[in-house]
Amino acid sequence: MSIRQGLLALLEQGPRYGYQLRAEFEERTGSTWPLNIGQVYTTLDRLVRDGLVTEVGHDDAGRVTYAITDVGRASVATWFATPIRHSDRPRDELAIKLAMAATVPNVDVRAVVQAQRTESMAVLRDYTRLKSTRTLSDADGDLAWSLVLDSLVFAAEAEVRWLDHVETRLLRHTRAASSQPSEATEAAEARRP
Amino acid sequence: MSTAEPVLSIEHVSRVHGSGATAVLALDGVTLQVRVGELVAVMGPSGSGKSTLLALAGGLDKATTGAVRVEGVELGALPPRPLAALRRRRIGYVFQDFNLITGLTATENVALPRELDGIPTRQARADALAALAEVGLSDVADRFPDELSGGQQQRTAIARALIGERRLVLADEPTGALDSITGESVLEVLRGRCDAGAAGVLVTHEPRHAAWADRIVFLRDGKVVDETGDRPAAEALLGRAAP
Repeated sequence: MSIRQGLLALLEQGPRYGYQLRAEFEERTGSTWPLNIGQVYTTLDRLVRDGLVTEVGHDDAGRVTYAITDVGRASVATWFATPIRHSDRPRDELAIKLAMAATVPNVDVRAVVQAQRTESMAVLRDYTRLKSTRTLSDADGDLAWSLVLDSLVFAAEAEVRWLDHVETRLLRHTRAASSQPSEATEAAEARRP
Repeated sequence: MSTAEPVLSIEHVSRVHGSGATAVLALDGVTLQVRVGELVAVMGPSGSGKSTLLALAGGLDKATTGAVRVEGVELGALPPRPLAALRRRRIGYVFQDFNLITGLTATENVALPRELDGIPTRQARADALAALAEVGLSDVADRFPDELSGGQQQRTAIARALIGERRLVLADEPTGALDSITGESVLEVLRGRCDAGAAGVLVTHEPRHAAWADRIVFLRDGKVVDETGDRPAAEALLGRAAP
């Protein structure tokens, strides 16, 4: 969905051909989302089929130029105006993995947490380094690139914080379970009808 | 990365506090090396041994077993006076609460370790001004600590930590009292000093700040439980987040 809407948003600025769209898409997303040209043309074919984009001719080099239609413009406007619903996002594999690790016997959950923490910190470090190596200009492409990179930094940071939280919760849970087994059992007994 | 001898070398170091039944193993067989140009972050929960590690690296505490070497000199083998001289000449500390002397200007604070080392005042002052210029504080060099913002105070502390021949900087939660933007600018200065030829160890619980390091070491219960590898080439980063 994002590639489709992203290409449409670029076409709203004027007609473009496939390679141009790919280059601009990558520039604005900081190459964090590389596209192959096949994906671009497949997406363009679907956009033409659905009436959101139309072919408007060839340039001097014989490349097909695409332009957005009124229906396409409306679709872009709707996209910007509609928040992305959580149900539209892929489920978080890490959350599922840790939920399983915490409840399936004989899994070393702290090791699972630490392995993920190391990976997430390495990613966070790499993005931080990448950010500091590029001097930003006032160009729109640089602004877009830096916003995308910031989103990756925030996501990695949130993941590390969440992992710390998971570890603390697990420790408390383990301590509570080992220090007060009889009380816990009694409470469970008392709740029974 | 440099293959030269490490500036800091911690080899199989353990530290036991107390003895007998109440003995606490604060560090348990830790090995860590930091080379010129490297900034290493140490992360871990409270009580994991981070501060003990830093105190040992700075010669403020002695290892129970194992060796701590700074530029090849084993700290544990030095009598008190030479140890104090080595600390003053080669190791810089940056603390959470800056530890600047309130009655001295920024320049005087930075020059102080040089003067204590017998460097003439004029030379020590010139060194201090150069160090302050490097952290972007030339304009406020004659101000007293209470006339500086928190970020400026911490940058002054970093200038002091790395004046003269000091090549090892040990930072204990240096951004703890600062807002996040100021904290980032302090990290940028620390990073810059390491890139320019120092070696640094940064203890922090802030993921975003640890992310300025080349390597991140994770401690738990006095042991190194994991660490990130060296940073990959920049081109390998591009496209990493592709779905």
